[in-house]
Amino acid sequence: MKFLCVECDRQMLFEERQLPGDGTLAAAFRCPQCGRAVGLLTNPMETQLVASLGVKIGGTTIDPQPLETVRGMVATGREDAFEDGNEDGTWETGKGKGPVPAWSREAQERLTRVPSFVRGMVKKIYADYARDRGIAEITPAVMDSARSELGLEGM
Amino acid sequence: MPLNIRTYHELTEPDRSGLAGQIAAQRRRVAARLAGVGRVVAVMSGKGGVGKSFVTAGLARALARGGGATGVLDADFNGPTIPALLHLPVARCTLHDDAIEPAVSPEGIRCFSMALLLQDGRPLGFRGPESESHVWRETLEAATLREFLADVAWGALDRLLVDLPPGIQRFQELADLLPAPPAVLTVTIPTAESRDAVRRAMQFARERGADLLGVVENMVDGPFAGDAGEALAGEFRVPLLARIPWHPSPDVWDGVARRMQRASWE
Repeated sequence: MKFLCVECDRQMLFEERQLPGDGTLAAAFRCPQCGRAVGLLTNPMETQLVASLGVKIGGTTIDPQPLETVRGMVATGREDAFEDGNEDGTWETGKGKGPVPAWSREAQERLTRVPSFVRGMVKKIYADYARDRGIAEITPAVMDSARSELGLEGM
Repeated sequence: MPLNIRTYHELTEPDRSGLAGQIAAQRRRVAARLAGVGRVVAVMSGKGGVGKSFVTAGLARALARGGGATGVLDADFNGPTIPALLHLPVARCTLHDDAIEPAVSPEGIRCFSMALLLQDGRPLGFRGPESESHVWRETLEAATLREFLADVAWGALDRLLVDLPPGIQRFQELADLLPAPPAVLTVTIPTAESRDAVRRAMQFARERGADLLGVVENMVDGPFAGDAGEALAGEFRVPLLARIPWHPSPDVWDGVARRMQRASWE
């Protein structure tokens, strides 16, 4: 999938991705010559088809997690299928250059609503995202930014 | 006056989205993970109910008894049975930084299966819009196969057996994902109906460049009459590796393993 600015005859460049949370996706592409932007809007089925390929429109900046597509997409997985929750109640610290981020109470509350089949992986992705950007505390706003920037539909 | 629009392949500038690059990275990840695997063997049949999983499990045990490092990837995501056939202990999957540890059978067979992940008695269900799920479900199952290959710590194996569901679709996905087509072990039952269905699958695999190791005829000396195993072996000029009775002893499986290894070397 590529976008061409016909007037300038230049390939348009990916600029921004948004996930409204209703299964749809919006991505903006801009012409590097005239600056005109177009939006790619996909319906839930189209969004799912792209996600099924294990790719993200606009790319991603963090490494894929093991079984990322399976864990993100399987709806009938066992709650205790994976040994990646921290049983001592601490939160996943992730990898990255920055300090270990703290989790706000609201962010922790929001994570408890994520199915445990995928929760450990989601925690790690948010922690990786925060550490890579030097974010000291993960809040719901940080989680929203990460979702859009990383293309985490359904997480 | 029509607009002058360049074609997809004429646009060669990077677009910062890199979908093709992401797909290529997925393939590299599969190749890197399987670098320590001597041979990938797809256990396939064009026919359901011929005992592919039963043969896979019996063969895996025999290979392990013979000292070979053996893995089994259960690629039947909608009817996974390999963990039960290998008597795998129920345990949570352990994650490392970039891989999941496979389950290990009492004989040391490394295994991964959708059965390790699903709730008891629940079918494999995916999130997403229910409408038009036929459009994306196959793609999602192909992605599942890719992740089972690339994200499980298979380690150094002499053989990785891939237990395929009936039909040819999963074989095609497997062949697309691997750096080279897998070797194929074909399973049939004696009947003419099975022979005709399995013939199509073998032909398909050969056309995709797969090395046909041989045919295993299962459920012999029971209610099914016919000579499908011998007929297919003759037609494709491959060995009939075994005719498996209804209650095979370990010796029978050891014989299959020996003959399959011989076929692999020839």
